[in-house]
Amino acid sequence: VQNSDVGYFENCRCVVFYEQPPPACAVRSQKRSNCEPMIARGKNASDLFPAVVKNVACKNIEVKKLVYVYLVRYAEEQQDLALLSISTFQRGLKDPNQLIRASALRVLSSIRVTIIVPIMMLAIKEAASDMSPYVRKTAAHAIPKLYSLDPEQKDCLIEVIEKLLADKTTLVAGSVVMAFEEVCPERIDLIHKNYRKLCNLLIDVEEWGQVVIINMLTRYARTQFLNPNMNEDKEEKEKKKTEATAIVKRKPYVMDPDHRLLLRNTKPLLQSRNAAVVMAVAQLYFHLAPKAEVGVIAKALVRLMRSHSEVQYVVLQNVATMSIKRRGMFEPYLKSFYIRSTDPTQIKVLKLEVLTNLANETNISTILREFQTYIKSNDKDFVAATIQAIGRCATNIGEVRDTCLNGLVQLLSNRDELVVAESVVVIKKLLQMQPEQHSDIIKHMAKLTDNIQVPMARASILWLIGEYCEHVPKIAPDVLRKMAKTFTNEEDIVKLQIINLAAKLYLTNSKQTKLLTQYVLNLAKYDQNYDIRDRARFIRQLIVPTDKSGALSKYAKKLFLALKPAPVLESPFKDRDHFQLGSLSHLLNAKAGGYQVLPDWPEAAPDPSVRNVEVKESVRAVETVTKKSKPRIGSSESESEEDDDSESESSESEEEESEEESEEETKKKKKVGNERLENTRTTDIHTHTHSERRNTHILNCDSQPNTIASVQVFDTICKPAWLYMQFLLNPPLPVSVPQTIIPSGNLKTYELLHRITGEGLSVEYCFSRQPFSPDPHMVAVKIQFTNSATSEAKSLHVEDAKLQSGMRIKEFPEIEVLPAGETISVVMGIDFCDSTQAANFQLCTHTRKFFVSIQPPVGELMMPIFMTENEFKKEQGQLMGMNEITEKLTLEEKCQGEHAVVQRVTTAANLSRVPCGSDKECRFAGKTVTSGSLVLVSVVTKEDGAAQLTVNCEKMVIGTMLVKDIHQALTQ
Amino acid sequence: MQLPAKMIHSLFLVNSSGDIFLEKHWKSVVSRSVCDYFFEAQERASEPENVPPVIPTPHHYLISVLRHRIYFVAVIQSEVPPLFVIEFLHRVVDTFQDYFGVCTEAAIKDNVVVVYELLEEMLDNGFPLATESNILKELIKPPTILRTVVNTITGSTNVGEQLPTGQLSVVPWRRTGVKYTNNEAYFDVVEEIDAIIDKSGSTITAEIQGVIDACVKLTGMPDLTLSFMNPRLLDDVSFHPCVRFKRWEAERILSFIPPDGNFRLLSYHVSCQNLVAIPVYVKHNITFREGSSQGRFELTLGPKQTMGKGLEAVLISSQLPRGVLNTNLNPSQGTYNFDPVTKLLSWDVGKINPQKLPSLKGSMSLQAGASKPDENPTINIQFKIQQSALSGLKVNRLDMYGEKYKPFKGIKYMTKAGKFQVRT
Repeated sequence: VQNSDVGYFENCRCVVFYEQPPPACAVRSQKRSNCEPMIARGKNASDLFPAVVKNVACKNIEVKKLVYVYLVRYAEEQQDLALLSISTFQRGLKDPNQLIRASALRVLSSIRVTIIVPIMMLAIKEAASDMSPYVRKTAAHAIPKLYSLDPEQKDCLIEVIEKLLADKTTLVAGSVVMAFEEVCPERIDLIHKNYRKLCNLLIDVEEWGQVVIINMLTRYARTQFLNPNMNEDKEEKEKKKTEATAIVKRKPYVMDPDHRLLLRNTKPLLQSRNAAVVMAVAQLYFHLAPKAEVGVIAKALVRLMRSHSEVQYVVLQNVATMSIKRRGMFEPYLKSFYIRSTDPTQIKVLKLEVLTNLANETNISTILREFQTYIKSNDKDFVAATIQAIGRCATNIGEVRDTCLNGLVQLLSNRDELVVAESVVVIKKLLQMQPEQHSDIIKHMAKLTDNIQVPMARASILWLIGEYCEHVPKIAPDVLRKMAKTFTNEEDIVKLQIINLAAKLYLTNSKQTKLLTQYVLNLAKYDQNYDIRDRARFIRQLIVPTDKSGALSKYAKKLFLALKPAPVLESPFKDRDHFQLGSLSHLLNAKAGGYQVLPDWPEAAPDPSVRNVEVKESVRAVETVTKKSKPRIGSSESESEEDDDSESESSESEEEESEEESEEETKKKKKVGNERLENTRTTDIHTHTHSERRNTHILNCDSQPNTIASVQVFDTICKPAWLYMQFLLNPPLPVSVPQTIIPSGNLKTYELLHRITGEGLSVEYCFSRQPFSPDPHMVAVKIQFTNSATSEAKSLHVEDAKLQSGMRIKEFPEIEVLPAGETISVVMGIDFCDSTQAANFQLCTHTRKFFVSIQPPVGELMMPIFMTENEFKKEQGQLMGMNEITEKLTLEEKCQGEHAVVQRVTTAANLSRVPCGSDKECRFAGKTVTSGSLVLVSVVTKEDGAAQLTVNCEKMVIGTMLVKDIHQALTQ
Repeated sequence: MQLPAKMIHSLFLVNSSGDIFLEKHWKSVVSRSVCDYFFEAQERASEPENVPPVIPTPHHYLISVLRHRIYFVAVIQSEVPPLFVIEFLHRVVDTFQDYFGVCTEAAIKDNVVVVYELLEEMLDNGFPLATESNILKELIKPPTILRTVVNTITGSTNVGEQLPTGQLSVVPWRRTGVKYTNNEAYFDVVEEIDAIIDKSGSTITAEIQGVIDACVKLTGMPDLTLSFMNPRLLDDVSFHPCVRFKRWEAERILSFIPPDGNFRLLSYHVSCQNLVAIPVYVKHNITFREGSSQGRFELTLGPKQTMGKGLEAVLISSQLPRGVLNTNLNPSQGTYNFDPVTKLLSWDVGKINPQKLPSLKGSMSLQAGASKPDENPTINIQFKIQQSALSGLKVNRLDMYGEKYKPFKGIKYMTKAGKFQVRT
């Protein structure tokens, strides 16, 4: 409108609204006076306040909005008048439209007038229990605003935060955690109950909220879980200690499932388009993940380097810190850090830092070749940084020290003085490491004093000559002679080094240099700089023997010519990781205001049960719990897979649910039970009360891999209800819930390593029939080590697996120590590719290696699934012909009766029972672990112990073998 | 008592001549004198890009980004992840660009009302609120010429009359009630090749970065799936939030409800471990002789491994050493330009004809008495190859679910040079 003139902006401080004469065509304009924003020239617009405030009731949305902006800006100065508008907002808070309620709250909470604090508090409290999640989100946003206006309200606000933290919608989660971080970051206890929910919601939260939540959870995890790298870290520490220290008995580290949950649920966010989210996940992994898993973040960080140069700058700072501690992680991406001539200098220097950190024996030659091209650059600051980098590589990697030194010496003849000076400084540091071999270099440098003018370089050369004057006995006095000549014109640091040189020569070669030294000291005595005068006086007293000289002069030689330790060239990024990575404080290497210190890992983990969520015994509760927050199941790692596409479906249903809760519940109950839900992703569990429908299936689960998990959940949560209904349907049904029902004692154990061949170490294994959490396509094998020898066994681990193609092994984490006489169990996963081929591998201790193999019985290659009778029939109908194998058999005497049959079949194969109307028939269902092919078994009993066994399976080999196994189980 | 408030406090826009031309405060007002620290840093920096993105001052921290020769300086008071602020500022610039077509000082000044309205919606109390372009467009309509005219006559405004529902929706990136008469979905696969070629012509490093930009104008709530012939090529990917991650993990299929309009669906990376075909070669002979005031300059370009597609829009630029006073070169095609002040040589080659390779030959005159420059200049090359993605990535098919109509679909491929440098 009126912004064509740049002058308008000169002193502007504010947006101003002023009443504009209504445009000719606007008919209704008298009533709703039309406001237009303008930028005033340095004029404070607050005198227009009354005129503007009355427009707050205006119906035009844009006018309203602009009035809001104005109000918020000037309310603090014109408190009385601002109060006039409050009633409008209060009315807005009651509006039936959620958007209006939200925006009224937003503005009300932005008005910085202390008198209205109680009104704001009330409004926030009310909004926090609003039906609409959007209004609740706005309430969360309002909390920090009120807190900064009146910190006294903290306790009340914490109550609201606590309430909102329990909210189950993704919309609210990010905002409330933000409020938590601003108001009460120290109240970590509020997070416990919401921890799992937050982890599970994370992927659906908007990107800015994700950053805040991840940063908060990083801190939380540092207080609640154990250090996954503790054994390694301890070892390092122990190595430093003397051997005599008694070896502490260490428990093998087991990761808390909640810790694992966090790592697993944040990992996909490395694929976010938002650099801040990627960085947040990266720092989370860096601070929380086991060493072996941190590597995944490297690729994502390298990707960010393609982004805008500001992003690059921040990422490189963090990579520089990470690459010191975890060098291996970035080594494959070395070339991504190569420098282009078009990079801004600050980026070049950071890349150089990373390259230097990554240098090791294998890649140093390529890195040095790169550095050679950098040295020729026109950007002299960058060249200087490169020379420093070469120096650091040379100190860190002994093999290339001579090469680097030669390269740097060549640079001494460079035309650019800055380059030469920088080289001199670096060479000086390198020579200190092994001066004997390099007297020719020192000679060469002595000659440079004639030409080189940069004070730092001159000082370095003089120091070198003084320090190693014995290696260059002829040249040193000559250099001093020249320096004495130019002494008065030198810079201060050079003068100090001249005095040093004189003193050292006087002590070693007083014959030749006595007079020269006296001369230099005399000159220094009258220098303008008091440091130099002081030094001269001190040295004279020390080295020139007089009657008055004290006891110290005896030790002059020792003082000056002591062996000096070589300097350590360190990265400026060393130890920066005590700041949380990705934070402002880390970037500045100084604590910024409001920075929350990343706590150290606790010695012992606090009680993990605080994170357990109470579950109400209602169907609805089950539903939400299975979907959103997983309860923990016993001590096993709960692996209930999150419903995949929760982006849309789950949050949608959530929101609906919260609004029309009771209504929906009844609707669901009325739904016809036989319908299989089309929505295969969500693991809805439909229960139908006995009165409504007798004899129908109870569970309606899909055949997704997550079935097992959800059933487990179901099993633990509402076992009473489940058992009750089982009872109604099929009174004495012993095997109905798989895996968990079979007590682990019944599991058949096999020997992997005998006590004698294992030299005291015996190893047994069994198929635990639990889902293997890191990979659902693997069979979980529980391995039990017993150390019956007299000494402890160390570092038990798997090595050198020789597998058939396609087979995979997920090794168990290395067992550090197994003390004599003790037993330990671990779980490893093997993907047998649905075959009974053995998995061969080596089991290693710190001294020996044993070849072992695990061969699974066919029955262990499957896992149970739930099916209804109808489904079973339908699936069976589709697996006819070649896929069906039938065998007649006679049941063993003890095995007659349904109970015994069920038990024998489920012991032979990991299958679950399918409900069946007839008591003559037992049905079982499962699927193979790797490919998920269905396995259906039915046993029809006839009179006199005759029976017919039918197996339907897509994989004929599996089917045939299974028939054999079950046949054997039933007849023997 | 004033507690340190988190997140973004204020925003200043500074133009290339160092004037603050717009300021916006989300909390109490911060005096613009805080920018003096920024100006100091700006003076110290030799190049505009060398201003540090984060500058600490006694009471505040300044985080800035430079885009379109405008510095966007955010003022913060306490700990906040710097990338959070940087990413947000870039999002602001993207939004301006989306609204006004360009993001220049003039465009921002012309649309100052919209700019204020946008900034007000994007941050609430310093915390990002609505940053999705689809939501913002519902709240504040982008200015068009027609609308400006209508607004002046009728006195109406560009704030949406209807209340926005996007923020409430389960797909926050898509506005509701979208209607088109022509339903179309176009995808551009654009790959950029970054490379450093050394003196002898061997590749030091080369990698391909690609993006799939989409322009989707479809009625209703379409659910799209896009599959590739060779998804294994993609070494590392990052998605628009609309893409269902688990589906990608399991099946390598992109499944998503698209935002309305233009958006970046996917960025990917093809790593340097795979061999990257370099589509162009350069023969160069640049020599300076000690003591002589003349230098030789010879450059010949040729296509290499372009899969039969032509190289277009080839542009060579090179920063010659300071000692070069002027050049006397002769291009076989296109035009060349040498700026004696900045020493920047640029040669607009255009299309490369494989039968007649373009060359640039001639002499350089050097400063008399100056010593021979240490370094030969680096040559930066830009080019385009139409209808081909260098990595060989191919889209297999695009399917639409959830809506009944048949959309027009189209996919275009293009390869460009990214940071392509030849060291001589």
